[in-house]
Amino acid sequence: MVEKILLAVLVPLFAFLVGIFLEGFKRKMVARIQRRYGPPLIQPLLDIIKLLSKKDNISHGLMFDLGPVIALSGSILTVFFIPTPGFKLLSASGDLVALLYIMVIGSLGMALGAGESGNPNASIGIARALTLMLGYDLPFVIALSTVILKFDTTNLYEIVAAQSDLYWGAFLMPITAVVAFIATYGAMGEHPFEVVVAPQEVATGPMVEYGGKHLGFLMIDHAFHIYIELALFTDLFLGGASNLGYFFLKIFGLHILLTFFDTVYPRFRIENAVRFFWRWPTVFALIGLLIVMIGG
Amino acid sequence: MDKEIEQGYNEILESLRKRSLWILHYCTGCGAIELPPTMTSRYDMGRFGIVPFVTPRQSDILIVTGYVNIKTLRRIITSYEQMLDPKYVIGFGSCSINGGIYWDSHSVIKKLDSYMPVDLYIAGCMPRPEAIIHSFKHLMELIDTGKADGYRRYKENYDFYRKNQRKVLGKWR
Repeated sequence: MVEKILLAVLVPLFAFLVGIFLEGFKRKMVARIQRRYGPPLIQPLLDIIKLLSKKDNISHGLMFDLGPVIALSGSILTVFFIPTPGFKLLSASGDLVALLYIMVIGSLGMALGAGESGNPNASIGIARALTLMLGYDLPFVIALSTVILKFDTTNLYEIVAAQSDLYWGAFLMPITAVVAFIATYGAMGEHPFEVVVAPQEVATGPMVEYGGKHLGFLMIDHAFHIYIELALFTDLFLGGASNLGYFFLKIFGLHILLTFFDTVYPRFRIENAVRFFWRWPTVFALIGLLIVMIGG
Repeated sequence: MDKEIEQGYNEILESLRKRSLWILHYCTGCGAIELPPTMTSRYDMGRFGIVPFVTPRQSDILIVTGYVNIKTLRRIITSYEQMLDPKYVIGFGSCSINGGIYWDSHSVIKKLDSYMPVDLYIAGCMPRPEAIIHSFKHLMELIDTGKADGYRRYKENYDFYRKNQRKVLGKWR
């Protein structure tokens, strides 16, 4: 019992530290690509401390306060379900389908909270977030079905176990892996899919009325979000890992790859983003599914 | 004893807080043209943790870049009151100090400090990015020593500021 409680604290802590490190590293890396010096590595942590220590707080209603809490708790719950090497918490009892449903809770909480603020920019931001989700979820779900078909199980632990000895999902089904990578990329909202938090267009979208402690919670949630997306991809296609160090290295490599794309691309309009997702990734996801169905 | 602990806690918090300041990216006058070079590769204010943000709710610093005419003053005061405590105001250029070359203008206010509490002025027309970076470092010092208390002064002397605002804007809300 004590062990379970300890794990329930340690797993989110690990996820948070990885997420916050990746965020800081990304800012530094983007700065170096743009030939700047860049902020220190712990800058996201300083930002969160600053936001949580703000003296004022403005509320627009009950749901506005609950929104960030729902988002954060949804993220922490998702972290429990993702297989992490060394930690076995809830990941044995849930499966991929359950995970897909739980992952939506975070965005839903944010949408509910931002809707309460009554700011038109927030409404546009939420509309964009849900539309974009419609876009990237189609190829992502097809890719996940391919994975389920290939390994003949929906249990995440068995999927990870089936990929031991370099029989990684990315090698067994490369087309599906690329599609899932693009879908994950869209889910993380980086350029060119940064249509939700577009500061120049909709003033950070759903976060427009959030400040102080609310925004601090949302930034913690964002750190978790980075970890969740990358850890899920690592578990499904890069064969998980035998210990935490390898796990972290795989996530880190993925994140560096993402940051390269993020730095050089501009931003899609929302309809172009959805059109892109429904055209090439969906077609290739179907081809990948066909290959697995025929080839086994 | 409790008071000492609270004071120590506040000191640590303030020394961390000064390393993350977000600017409200709202450009009021011609001085705003000096901000992009300060943000981007050449001078890179991001290395101090200072980045531009787009909404008043998320920001800590309001930079009043240059002259403020009466129409703009309304927007500035609204934005300032929407920001969350602790918040800081930087008066940028000579126009915000005494009106500058708009001394005789009918529609431009002269002394920004009568309408909202200014923590720090940057003199010059225009102040170069070096001066802006220097002012940020000075603001960090002020925060560290607890002298950047504009938001507190605004609350204490609210009637004074309100009276001055009413004088130029009339009964606007």
